[in-house]
Order: sequence, then C-alpha cells, then structure tokens
Amino acid sequence: MTFENSILSIVTFLPLLGAALVLVTPKTALNAIRWTALVTTLVTLALSLWIWAAFDASNPGFQFVVNYPWLGDSIGYRVGVDGISVLFVVLSALLMPFCILASWEAIDKRVKEYMLVFLILEVLMIGVFTTLDLAMFYVFFEGTLLPMFLIIGIWGGKRRIQASYKFFFYTFIGSVLMLLAIMAMYWNAGTTDISRLLTHQFPESMQIWLWLAFFASLAVKMPMWPFHRWLPEAHVEAPTAGSVILAAILLKLGGYGFLRFSLPMFPDASAQLSNFVFVLSVAAIIITSLVALVQTDIKKLIAYSSVAHMGFVTMGIFAGNALGIQGAMFQMISHGLVSGALFLSVGVIYDRMHTRDIEAYGGLVERMPRYAFAFMVFTMANVGLPGTSGFVGEFLTMLGVFQVNTWVAFGAAFGVIFSAGYALWLYRRVVFGALTKESLKGILDLNLREKIILYPLIVLIIVFGFYPSPILDTTAASVNNLVSHYATSIGLDPAVSLADARAPLEYAAPTGEGRAGRRTCGRACCALGEHREL
Amino acid sequence: MNSDVIDFASVAPAYPELLMAVGALVLVILGVAINKEKSALISWLAVLLIAATGVVALLNPADAVLFNGVFIADAFGRYMKLLVLGGAALSLILAMPNSETNGVHKFEYSILAVLATLGMMIMVSANDLMSLYIGLELQSLALYVMAAIKRDDKRASEAGLKYFVLGALSSGMLLYGASLVYGFTGHTNLTEIVGAIAMEGRSIGLVFGMVFLLAGVAFKISAVPFHMWTPDVYEGAPTPVTAFFAMAPKVAAMSLMIRLVMDTFQPISHDWQQVVIFLSIASMVLAAFAAIGQKSIKRLIAYSSIGHVGFALVGLSSGTQVGVEGVAIYMAIYVTMTAGLFACILSLRTEDGYVENIEDLAGAAQTRPFVAAIMAILMFSLIGMPPLAGFFAKWHVFLAAIEANLYVLSVIGVLASAVSAYYYLRVVKTMYFDEPKSTFIAVPNELNIILAVSAFLVVTYYFSVGSVLTNWAHIAAGSLF
Repeated sequence: MTFENSILSIVTFLPLLGAALVLVTPKTALNAIRWTALVTTLVTLALSLWIWAAFDASNPGFQFVVNYPWLGDSIGYRVGVDGISVLFVVLSALLMPFCILASWEAIDKRVKEYMLVFLILEVLMIGVFTTLDLAMFYVFFEGTLLPMFLIIGIWGGKRRIQASYKFFFYTFIGSVLMLLAIMAMYWNAGTTDISRLLTHQFPESMQIWLWLAFFASLAVKMPMWPFHRWLPEAHVEAPTAGSVILAAILLKLGGYGFLRFSLPMFPDASAQLSNFVFVLSVAAIIITSLVALVQTDIKKLIAYSSVAHMGFVTMGIFAGNALGIQGAMFQMISHGLVSGALFLSVGVIYDRMHTRDIEAYGGLVERMPRYAFAFMVFTMANVGLPGTSGFVGEFLTMLGVFQVNTWVAFGAAFGVIFSAGYALWLYRRVVFGALTKESLKGILDLNLREKIILYPLIVLIIVFGFYPSPILDTTAASVNNLVSHYATSIGLDPAVSLADARAPLEYAAPTGEGRAGRRTCGRACCALGEHREL
Repeated sequence: MNSDVIDFASVAPAYPELLMAVGALVLVILGVAINKEKSALISWLAVLLIAATGVVALLNPADAVLFNGVFIADAFGRYMKLLVLGGAALSLILAMPNSETNGVHKFEYSILAVLATLGMMIMVSANDLMSLYIGLELQSLALYVMAAIKRDDKRASEAGLKYFVLGALSSGMLLYGASLVYGFTGHTNLTEIVGAIAMEGRSIGLVFGMVFLLAGVAFKISAVPFHMWTPDVYEGAPTPVTAFFAMAPKVAAMSLMIRLVMDTFQPISHDWQQVVIFLSIASMVLAAFAAIGQKSIKRLIAYSSIGHVGFALVGLSSGTQVGVEGVAIYMAIYVTMTAGLFACILSLRTEDGYVENIEDLAGAAQTRPFVAAIMAILMFSLIGMPPLAGFFAKWHVFLAAIEANLYVLSVIGVLASAVSAYYYLRVVKTMYFDEPKSTFIAVPNELNIILAVSAFLVVTYYFSVGSVLTNWAHIAAGSLF
C-alpha cells in the first residue's frame, strides 16, 4: 500500500465510509447526518485535490495505476487516471460539498436516505472516471442511474414519477446496447483493460457497430439532440442538488465516454461519422437554444441551455484536433461549474418562493443585490463572456472545428448569439424590472450558507476565465497523445492536428496572460517532440 | 451384468444422496412418533439434514460414474447440488415463521421437501434416461403434494391440481422423447447416446426425441411456451411453497437441461441451439410484457422467474464452456435474489394477512424502511443494474452469447431486460414514491437474517463472493468439457 497505488481507491470508496456512518446514525439526528455527509465530501475533495497536485501533467499515460484480474478472465480491478479523467474526479468531488450544503435546509424529509443516496452517487461518479476496466466503467456509468432515479423520484417536484421513469428508460435502453459492444470488444481484444484496449486495433467493419452502440448510450447521456427529451424533465423535477449533479457531472459522462472510447478506440468509425456528429451538434446548438428562448420555467431554460452547450463539446471532440479536444475538455469542466452554479442560484430563490416560473419573479435586485451579482456572473459565464470560463471552452472548440469544417463553426456561432439572448433575457425578467409582486417584497438576500455555496464558484469561474492554464496544462499531454493516435489511425499527419494547438492557445489566455499561454505551448511542443522521437 | 458396487466405500460418490434418503426415512419415523405440535423440530432437523448433506457433498470431491453408469458425480453436479441444497434449506427456513397461517405447519411438509430435494439431486447427477426420469418424478410428486398442502384452501388445491395435470403432461412428453431417443440410438445411457450419435449421425427421429425431452425439461424450468402453470401455481400455493418452487427445482431442472444439451446432444448442437434460442427469446420477451399488467406480487415474481430462465438460457444457447459457466453463475445469483425476495414478501404482513397486491406496498419505505430498502435493492438487482449481483449474472450469460456471435439474441435479450425494468421499478416506485396506506406488523428474526444476508451478497457481490463464485463456476463448467 503506497500513496501511488492506494490513493485512487481511497478517493473512490471513501464516500462509502461516510454512507456507512450515515446508515448507523439514528434517523432523527438530522444535523449529525448532514455534518457526516459534509465532512466526508470535504475530505474526498481534499484528497482529490491532492491527486491533482501529485499528478504529473507531462506524462500522457495513466498514473496511480492498479491492475489485477478479479472476476474470472473478464472483469478486473483496474484504476488509474490520466489528464482527461483526473479533472473530472476533482470536479465531481468539488461539487458534492456544494450539493450537500444546498440541501441543508431544502431537504427536510427522509434526510438520512437522501444523504446516503448522495454519498453512494459520489462513489459511482468518481468510480466512472477512475476505473480502467471497461466492464467496471459500465458498472459505474450505469450504476449512477440507480441513485439518481431515487433522488428524482423521492425528493422531486410534482411530476417527479414521470420524470424519473423517463430518465431511467432513456439512459437504460441506450446503455444496454453499449454493454453488448463492451462484450464484443472483450472477445475481440481479449481484455477489458482500457489501457490495453486503447492500443488495440479493432477491425474497421466492427468499429462502426461498436461506435454506434457506444453512441446510443453516450448520446443519450450527453445528451445530444434529438435524444435529449429526458433531460429537461429530469432537471426540472429533480431537487436542486440533483439538478446540479445531473448537469455538472452526469452529462459529462457522455463526453468522457466519447473521449475515452469512441475517438481513440474506433478512430476509423469516428472519422467516418464525424459529419453526422457535427450535424447533430449544430442542430443541438441552434434548435435547443431557440427552444430555451421560449421557456417559462427557469430550470427548464437552463436545462435546454445545457443541451446547447454540450453541442459545443461533441463538436469539439469530433473535430479530432488538439484545439477542439482541449476546448471540449475545458468546456465540460467550465459547464460543470457554470451550470452547477446556475442551478444552485435557482435553488436559492426556489427555496424562498417555491416556484420556478419566470413570471413569478422580477426586480429581485432591489431586495437581493448580492444574489443579483452572483447570478449575473453565472449568467455571463453561461453566455460565454470573455473573462469567464465559459468563453475559453466555446472559443477553443469553435477554433478547432473551424480547421475541419467552416460551416459547422458558422452554425455553432449562432449558438453564441442565441445563448446571449435567452440568458440575458432570463436575467432581465428575474432580476431587473420593477419589484411589483407582493410576495417578493419580503424576500431576503443570501444567507451565510448560500454565500459559502455561491462565492467560491464565482471565484473559480472568473479565475479560470482569465487563467485557464491549470486546466489546459493538465489535459495537454493526454490530449496530444490522443490526437496523434487518432490522426495516425485515420491516416492524417499528426503534426498538423497537433501543431494547430500552439498559436491559438496563446490567445486563449487573454489579457496579459501570455506567460501562461507560452507555458501551455511549451508543454504541447514538448509532447509533440516526444512523439516525433517515438 | 455385474454390479460395480462391491463394498460400502465404493458408493462414496453417492454418499450425499444416501444420507438424504436415509435421513428422510428417519424423519418420517420421528415425525410420526413425536407430538404433532412439534413440527418445528422436524423442520429444523430437515434443515440440518440438508446442511449436513451439503457438507458431505462439499467434502467429497470424488468424480465417478456409479451403478453401471446411471449416476455421475462430477464438479458440475456438486456445484449444482450445493445450489439445490442451499435453495431448499433457505425455503424451509422461510416456511418456519407463521407456518400456521401458511398451512405448512404439518411435519409432512419438511419431509416432502427433503424428498423433493433428493429427487433434484438425482436429477443433477443422472447419467441415464431412467435415473433422470426417476429423479424428476420423485421431485415432481413431492412438489405436487406440497403445492396442495393447505388442503382446505381452494386456491392451493387448485394450484396443486393444475401443477399435477400439466406436470403429468410434461412427464409424458419427456418419456415419449426418451423412448424416441432410445429407439433411434439404442441406448439409455447418456454417455453412450453421445457415442451412438457420433457414429450413426443425426436422424429425424433423434431430433424429435431431443425436442420432446427438452420440452419436458422446459416445463420444469417454466420456459415459454411451457410456462402456463407458473403464474397460477405461484399465486395459489402458500408463499413458502412458492419460494420452494422458485429456487431449488429451477436449478435442478436447469442443470438437467445443461447436461442433456452439452453432453448427450453435443453432436447435434446445431439442432438444440435453435430450440434453446427460441425458448430463451420467447421467455424473455413474453415475461417482460406479461408482467407489466400484473397486480399480484406473486404473479409478478412468477413472470419475473420466467424471464430470468430466459436470460439463463441465453448463456446456454451459446453451447460453449463460457456459456455453461454463465448459467451456473446466473443460477447461483438467482437463488440468492429469490430467497431475499420471498423473505421480503413473507415479512410484509398487515393485520389482515400477507400483502398480496403491489399497491398494498405503498409507502413501505417509511413504515418498514429496512425491508423496503432490501426489496428495492433486490428489484434493482433483478433488473440487472450494476453494481448489484444481478448485473454480473447477466454479464456472464451475455458474454457467452456474444462470443458465439448470437447478436440478434443478445440485442433482443438486453431490450427485454430494459422492458422488464418497468415492472420492477413499479414495485420500487410504490414503496418509495407513494405515501403509506397500511401498517405492517413486526418481522420474525429468521426472515431478517435471510433478508440481510441476501442483500449483503447482492450488494457486495463484486468484492465478496464474486471472485470465488466465478472460480467455482469455471471449474464446474470445465468438468462438462
């Protein structure tokens, strides 16, 4: 047992310990239960940050690896993280304490079960990103359905049952096809070890089927238009913390799956079907942005905007160059923060007014100036204003896809415009205007708990907007590795796909942050050099 | 022909069966001799006997063919016997609390269960069409009586009668199949039949015989289209009896099926594969859709068990060692889940008696959180949701099907499992999302233990028993090839 080979297992399963503690706490000791959950998630967060600190960003391979066979020949116990997964581990661990805090008072019935389910959900979410066994990936990926189904169904709003069923079946039906693909991959490659599968070459005729089977699952999870129908309902009916987890982490499972499996393992199929993905992505960006414009429910509006933002991610991933993928990674992390923050903000006013109707609000700035400021930062980040983290991801993905297909970039640009439309309009209707509604006149501004939840997110969103290199540096080596592998597999010159990554990254770190840009470039060039040596 | 039984030591591989048979007779004498009020004592002795038999089977790893080739002891048989014994013992324990209400308080009940278990062990070890039939009938006759043991209950009697009539029909089919196989190969010994088929090749008569044989066994595992008895018998029989039906006999019949197709009809695998694939698809699909409309929990479980047999057959239809391994794992997990499930049902009692309809479970999560949580876990496991044991069961059988390139079967199978999720989720929904309607009375301790153990195994399968079970199943499957 050394730090190297135990830290990932500890981070993954630590919340189970908290869950066990919650399980033995009496049902009526509400505060003990809440504090146990909060402390557990905070310790998990600290450990995950430690992993990030100890993570060697210049190494494109997997780190902290543990690998031994376990169930028969097929399923093993394998963990490890690389530049693509380590940030998701941190993101999952980061948002959990916020979720627990957001539910502190909002959840007053069946608190014990609630915290239990959330801690189990954290295990499954972190597990998805740390496991290096394909079968176990499925186990965690699919396992997240189970707690989420309960969260929506038990603590959700009025139409919670329909929403939970819809959520469950959409995801489940897609996933079972992926399960069969996983089995077929096992028989073809003789292992479920992801690190070996990444170098295995699947026959081209098989790749298409495998790609489609994975797509069936990942596109629903992502969700891509037109498989997104479950998402608005699930988001709307879920309790605040449930929406945060859904938007911030569970949607990223789709993107992570595309990056981890579809692109590197089925490169030929990805290249052939990339236009198909582009069409769906642009459709998602434009159509769901327009749909978001007409929503009357705040949460539903944010949910549709999530679908649109995920369109940028899929577009960036299947651009297949370093720029696009770096952008997609950044966009996923940033969207995790921004959408999480937006749902938390909605939760703040929902806890006070118990309605999500945009109509019911207006003029909040007069009574809640601090809230208005926080909500404004998050809205701007959602729009993609330069200086917020939302900008970097969108900018990079559009640059990346511009190299491949200018029309796609042209279409996606509308998304940027529309997102400004719906987000600013939402902000105007909720926060500005005259405070005419009687019920709003006594509304209180953020309390201490809510400040603790929202202020750190403001800081993170602005910091990453001006200084994106902590994220880009972490992912650079692994992404470059992925890109050169992908380019070689489909017969492109890897130098072309990679080289593009240099210059624009300088711009990606705006206003006086050229230093960071150069550092990123240094890393990228380094990785490029290594590949040439190889 | 000289007997191969020279002394007592030479029957060592059959010790478990002998112990069981002698024990059953002793229990009969004891039961008659002692006070009729003390049937609980007989029950515990029966459980002890089954456990002792299990230990003997476990410590007695001699592989042999005995009694002029009608009896075979091998790793596969031992694995399946342990499952059968486990299932039987668990269902006897399930029958103990409130046995008066269930009508299973007569001492004959335990003895019949022991005799049925003996029949199942003979089925598992049968290496001849005759011993196969004897085992099957010993089991069935005991089961018919058990189904109707609550004599003055109309539904139980109806269940017993229905089971008997349809069971007799299936026995007839099986016998007819056996006679055709004998007629076209000239042998009743399973090993010699293989040789005969390999030499003379396949004939239409043999294929007919094979189909009839399989139909007879399919009745016992309640695969569609031979499933009609299952919902009625499950619903009508007292719940502990249903629990017994749902576990051990399924395992025994499944292992009989495996031995028949993997050993005896190995040379004509192309022919039986079609039959098994049909049974599998029909069971999965019909069960998934038919269960949706059910209101009674026991009928729901009946359809669920039909569906699960279909999933187990997915593994078998591959006809490979991986497939047999998958089925072996599947049956073990199935027995664990079923035991827990029946413990849940038996522990949810209101003042008016047992909960029969799904909607009566409403709000159980608030009034009986422990039982409801375990029932929900089991429901998710039955769907095949990871990380619970039910997922790994499905993983192994579908893995085998994919290896054998049975893609259509696999896709239909996983989609059927998605459909079946609907009715399992309905139970969870009723317990967790709805508000409580009825109050439940306290749970007996025996049930609590079974509940906890079953849920523990289902939840921690990957960490606790998974590795060991997979190894055992691997060895068991290996002995057939």
